Amino acid sequence: MYLTPEQQAILDGSKGETMAKVMKTLVMYGETFGADKMVPVTSEYNHLVTSFGLKMMGPVFDLMQQLIDAGAVSGQRFSVDPRPVDPDVPANFLQKLIFNKFMYSKQDSYEQQLKALGLMNDDAFSCACYLDQMGNKPVMGDVLSWAESSAVVYANSVLGARCNRNSGIMDIMGSIAGFVPNFGLLTDEGRKATWIIKVECSRKPEAQLLGSAIGMKVMEDVPFITGMEQWLGTELTDEVCAYLKDFGAATASNGAVGLYHLENLTPEAKEQGAALVAPGAKVYVIDDAELQKVKANYPVIWKNRDAKPKLCFVGCPHMSLQQLKSWTVRVEEGLKASGNKKVLIPTVFTTAPAVKKEFEKTEYAQRLKNTGVILSYICPLMYMNNPLCGPMPVITSSNKLRTYTTARYYTEDEILIQITKGGAWA
Amino acid sequence: MKEFKGRVVAPGSVTAPALVSHGGLNTLASFQKALQFGDKKATCGDQNNPDLYNKQMLGTALCLPQTIGSTTGGLVLYCACAMERQPACMLFSKPIDSLAAAGSILASVWLPDVKMPVVDSLGEEFLNYVKDGMTITVQEDGTVFVD
Repeated sequence: MYLTPEQQAILDGSKGETMAKVMKTLVMYGETFGADKMVPVTSEYNHLVTSFGLKMMGPVFDLMQQLIDAGAVSGQRFSVDPRPVDPDVPANFLQKLIFNKFMYSKQDSYEQQLKALGLMNDDAFSCACYLDQMGNKPVMGDVLSWAESSAVVYANSVLGARCNRNSGIMDIMGSIAGFVPNFGLLTDEGRKATWIIKVECSRKPEAQLLGSAIGMKVMEDVPFITGMEQWLGTELTDEVCAYLKDFGAATASNGAVGLYHLENLTPEAKEQGAALVAPGAKVYVIDDAELQKVKANYPVIWKNRDAKPKLCFVGCPHMSLQQLKSWTVRVEEGLKASGNKKVLIPTVFTTAPAVKKEFEKTEYAQRLKNTGVILSYICPLMYMNNPLCGPMPVITSSNKLRTYTTARYYTEDEILIQITKGGAWA
Repeated sequence: MKEFKGRVVAPGSVTAPALVSHGGLNTLASFQKALQFGDKKATCGDQNNPDLYNKQMLGTALCLPQTIGSTTGGLVLYCACAMERQPACMLFSKPIDSLAAAGSILASVWLPDVKMPVVDSLGEEFLNYVKDGMTITVQEDGTVFVD
């Protein structure tokens, strides 16, 4: 890989041992994937995946401290994934004890490290950092050093930014250096689609289910998706962006997709059309039966398949303002139709802190509260990553949460039936 | 004995018993329980991986196609190395993915006392041939012997 004289000097130690290690990390990363050179990080802000002061991550905290002590802090300020604990979310005495005294006992000290490294502000905790209220929304062509798979796929696909599927820690290395190795999704060639997905469903596919099917089929490849215009149109409205947020998160977690193109909708597909498809691209046709098959094959790893759900999470990735409003109306209508006043299963909607604040200024906030739904900034995935949640029957409309935890997936309509009418979980 | 040739991602030589995952290794799900609760044998906690679930990963030659899952995967692998609960080596049949690459590179650069050779692109035949418990020898140049 070509290095400029300045980059070579850093590698040789001109800015100290720690910066030399940062540089070596990036060089090895680039050489592994055939990068030809380093390119500048051009986004205003970075985004890190590691938001949690999980006790087991002591070596990460030691590394962060090493960077801080050497003055090798991020050249950009950054947002970070959601906090793992929120006192508003239901938890029993034992869970609270384990969360606060054992698992996340390093949360406060880690947040101090994040501030020293360049955290944007006290509310900069969300996996959906690109939502308008969060203030970390790259523009087309920006080169990023982000991690968090759902944010990376959104930034690449919906915003037209350029970012590889980086791991935690690697994300901050690029930001500290100010450049990242040029390979994969940073290159024009790497952004070509090697799959054509023909959606031939009779009705609008569930975003999280369609994304799951595509992710599991193409894995880390780039799909070019056709057949969605009749439902999504050709403009990136708030509603469409929310759909793509959830769709993309499912492609990234059920597979390893870092970029997708949607015909006549996403920015590069609008600009380049079929020219984005690489020669010899494979074809995958998705119809109603295929989606049904995918859903039916999800393993249910509850000990008792027929257990009554004890908790429901909606919002992984975090919900947008538009989604919070529309879900409020849907829950109200569901409760009205069933003759119930409050949800029958403890239900948590999760969103970014800044979106939560904005939502709380609207009339919908009280209406949602009246339904019994809890609004939180928590990361449901981190909430469930503990031994007490393993056997707990949790339901979700998130295919990402299903993939990484024991939570059981249902479509949005099924979730609504369960929380407003109850009894339909078998 | 059968010989396979791959590409060196993190250099080193080692001999260890094989542990084979035919599906992708979910790094977070596999290591989290062991790291969080002091399991020094690094017992795999991923219920979705029938090949590895409840098996000891520490000190094995972990043979796999690639890693999957959360982008925390690289730092989890880094933590496993720092806490000395890593496999003896990782051998990928496919080209390595960005998350596993990050973990092994971070360990290689920032944990100089830890050695975990990583070889990728060993091919489908490698993963079809190797079975749990076979003796694996990895050489510095990416040659892998399976006995």
